[in-house]
Amino acid sequence: MPGIVEIKDLCKTYRRGTQTILVLDGISFDIEMGEFLALMGPSGSGKTTLLNLIAGIDRPDTGSIIVGGVDISGLSESELASWRAFNVGFIFQFYNLIPVLTAFENVELPLLLSGLSRRERRLHVEAALRLVNLADRMDHYPGELSGGQEQRVAIARAIVTDPTILVADEPTGDLDKVSAGEVLDLMERLNRELGKTVIMVTHDPRAAAKAHLIRNLEKGVLT
Amino acid sequence: MIPLSYNLRNLWTRRLTTFLTAGGMALVVFVFVSILMLSEGLRKTLVETGSYENLVLIRKGSESEVQSGVERDQAAIIESRPEIAIGADGKSLVAKEMVVLISLPKRGTNKQSNVVIRGIGAGSLPLRPQVKLVEGRMPRFGSSEIIAGSRIAEKFEGAGPGESLRFGMRDWRVVGVFDAGNTGFSSEIWGDADQLMQAFRRQAYSSVIFKMRDPGEFERIKEEMESEPRLTLEALRETRYYEEQSEMMAKFLRILGISLTVIFSLGAIIGAIITMYAAVANRTAEIGTLRALGFPRRSILWAFLAESLLIGLVGGIAGLFFASFLQFFTISTMNFQTFSELAFNFSLTLPIAWRAILFSLIMGFIGGVLPAFRAARMNIVAALRSS
Amino acid sequence: MFTLKLLFKNAFRHKLRAVLTIMSIVIALVAFGLLRTVINAWYAGVEASSATRLVTRNAISLIFPLPLSYKEKIRQVEGVTDVSYGNWFGGIYIDEKNFFANYAVEPESYFRLYPEIIIPPGEKAAFLRDRKGFAAGRKLVAKYGWKLGDTVTLKGTIFPGEWDFVMRAVYRGRDETVDESAFMFHWDYLNETMKKTIPRRADQVGFYMIGVERPDIAAGVALAIDSMFKNSLAETLTETEKAFQLAFIAMSEAILIAIQLVSLVVIVIIMAVAANTMSMNVRERMGEYAVFKTLGFGGWRIGGLILGESLLIAFIGCALGIALTFPVAGAFGKALGQYFPIFNVNTRIFSLYAAASLVVGVIAAIIPAWRVMKLPIASGLRRLG
Repeated sequence: MPGIVEIKDLCKTYRRGTQTILVLDGISFDIEMGEFLALMGPSGSGKTTLLNLIAGIDRPDTGSIIVGGVDISGLSESELASWRAFNVGFIFQFYNLIPVLTAFENVELPLLLSGLSRRERRLHVEAALRLVNLADRMDHYPGELSGGQEQRVAIARAIVTDPTILVADEPTGDLDKVSAGEVLDLMERLNRELGKTVIMVTHDPRAAAKAHLIRNLEKGVLT
Repeated sequence: MIPLSYNLRNLWTRRLTTFLTAGGMALVVFVFVSILMLSEGLRKTLVETGSYENLVLIRKGSESEVQSGVERDQAAIIESRPEIAIGADGKSLVAKEMVVLISLPKRGTNKQSNVVIRGIGAGSLPLRPQVKLVEGRMPRFGSSEIIAGSRIAEKFEGAGPGESLRFGMRDWRVVGVFDAGNTGFSSEIWGDADQLMQAFRRQAYSSVIFKMRDPGEFERIKEEMESEPRLTLEALRETRYYEEQSEMMAKFLRILGISLTVIFSLGAIIGAIITMYAAVANRTAEIGTLRALGFPRRSILWAFLAESLLIGLVGGIAGLFFASFLQFFTISTMNFQTFSELAFNFSLTLPIAWRAILFSLIMGFIGGVLPAFRAARMNIVAALRSS
Repeated sequence: MFTLKLLFKNAFRHKLRAVLTIMSIVIALVAFGLLRTVINAWYAGVEASSATRLVTRNAISLIFPLPLSYKEKIRQVEGVTDVSYGNWFGGIYIDEKNFFANYAVEPESYFRLYPEIIIPPGEKAAFLRDRKGFAAGRKLVAKYGWKLGDTVTLKGTIFPGEWDFVMRAVYRGRDETVDESAFMFHWDYLNETMKKTIPRRADQVGFYMIGVERPDIAAGVALAIDSMFKNSLAETLTETEKAFQLAFIAMSEAILIAIQLVSLVVIVIIMAVAANTMSMNVRERMGEYAVFKTLGFGGWRIGGLILGESLLIAFIGCALGIALTFPVAGAFGKALGQYFPIFNVNTRIFSLYAAASLVVGVIAAIIPAWRVMKLPIASGLRRLG
């Protein structure tokens, strides 16, 4: 069965000044639907790059990426943008919530790109916030929330459009032990109960432990 | 699209910067609007000073009544013209007037200013429906009585009702005050032409004014009078005559005003550019996030442009608001062309208000467009990396 | 010098922002300089006044003449060294747009009273000989390309008719306060013509210029002259040349005050924006400064660096502002040439530029520098993330 994500012969180089660095060297692999994958590897190994490519916020030099049956390497810039809106949920290390918007408004953001009415959006946002157990904080600003709470809002934002995949880049990197545990439990629940495909880049062995599958990326090569 | 509340709240979060930038624009708009209001006030004053149906005759080559001289016999020839309209009382609507400038001290200070003294005839008042006696009475012909325009009565020593002025070796009693609204007449003193001519030892009038029976005949009348060999006169519509009087001042105000506005607006725009670039730089991670979430480039572009336009709009409204208070002030200064005292208001009109807002939006646009493009064209990965 | 290089590199880290900040300072300074130059130009006549010259005019107003017969009486007044006279002619050269001062004077006495008008002796003699001749300032001559011997026609406004003059002399000013765009011709030519055309206007003088022995007796002489003609048909008003010029300016005072006020306020705002920008830079680099502190750099030293950067930007703006003031003022002077025959940039304003730049630089740096000096290292480092 074809995976939800199919990667073939992916190559990506970066230019740093006059040097050209080969970050990904012809990688091919598949990710199954409902998978909880952890990508690990040393600093600079290209794991974040790979994640960015899968999430559609970067373009490969050569190779193809097919997500949910769509070849995203062939999409134009604006097509890619609207594809992301409904197919990818992002969870960042530093949460990246908009500081001037409330928790509710932050979660609502991706829905503004859909054609939903105000009332419909409200329903989805409240549902998402209930899922992450922060329904009582929806009118708070990020500055009024703890790190763990901010990350949970970010997760709510990531799932509010019911995306095909969830990508997380060091989601516990900035959290204390307790909050990290809560966030990981949440992600695991989303994967188990709602069948969300999660692709996580991490250094944290505890985070990796929650995943079903761990793959290592070293010098642009997957093991 | 990104909601407006995002922009508004961002502007509020960096209040100091927002207000400083908007303040710069407000000031530019203030200067811009003041100049426009001043020019409009000047124009209104002088244009309304004349009537479209009146014709003014002055000596050829002279630029104003003060320089002009119309001999008595020439005046008599004009008075006999058939094109002069007849008034309600059956008399011809024509007046022979003499205009001089005298130096009078202002109330409260020792500063002197040149004031127009107009020697009038019986037909002078009917020719000028804008002029209304508001206090006292008209001067008796053959006496040393005078009436003062409201602005002169107010501002000059000895020109108020009941007071008297001394010139031409005589005392002249002010028996009335007249108001001519915003027109130049409010800055004049009127008295009997013959009496004044005696006092100043003038043999000639300065001008002859009459109302045309048919204002459409102006061209023809002008041609005839100017080619009449016994006269050496120039004919102008009264409105045009007064318009010309302000041209030098209007031009001066315009040049000074526009250059100041341009220079200052450059400053304000640069302030806006700096502010917006800083905003973009500060919110790089946000921009990356929004793009990652799927917002298209143009929504980012529009968001930052909107913020800049908002700053411009706030500045524009503030500048306009404060400038509108200028309407309470009267400028009293010397008209460069005629050397005489001229008082006029700041006049705010709807077109001026629209121009002000448009101008502030343009400033906001220019200030924001480059930073907005930079924000929109950011590479997502690079932007996210900066968090 | 290492420090200067360091300051430079830091200041221009964000090239665009640095350039924009400098530009806004330049604009504020140039605008300020321009407005001051306009105000100076307004007072140009005052600058050119002499403390030993008086002006006598008809007490009623400038448009009324004085009899020629007054000349001898004025000459007799104690303290008077010389008397000249003239009339404002106000003629038009081709078009009203070509405005320049033109007047009739009694030439020999006039040149004696105005030694700052310098004419080559040969030309002066030629001018004095030819009653229809005129002498013009070199700026005026350059503008219209007139040559000695050319005939120039002015259209009379106060004195009607077409008047022909022949150029006999070009004058230059002894210093830059003299109006080199003026046009002078023989009073006799005007008078003789009036005798023929409008006799009742002959032998009438617009103003008398009077030279006195010493400045301290000027006021007394003025009073003496005026009391001599009190209660006559043409009462006089005599004042020092400076007072005469000031009285003129006072009539347009409202506009002058408005210009000064506006300029001050706008410039303050633009400077405030610049200061805010510069302090933004510092705020963003708090983390870096914390690192410097851990490396052992003292608070004062870092504060000094911040101030130095700020002043560097401010003074680059100042230098460029000074450089740009000349061309901008030049263009402005051309556009408003008919209102301001003398439009010179007074270099004293540049010290004001420097002062303003200093103020901006200091204000921009002072609070951020203070914060950095007081900054506990740990909180600063936290900002580095």
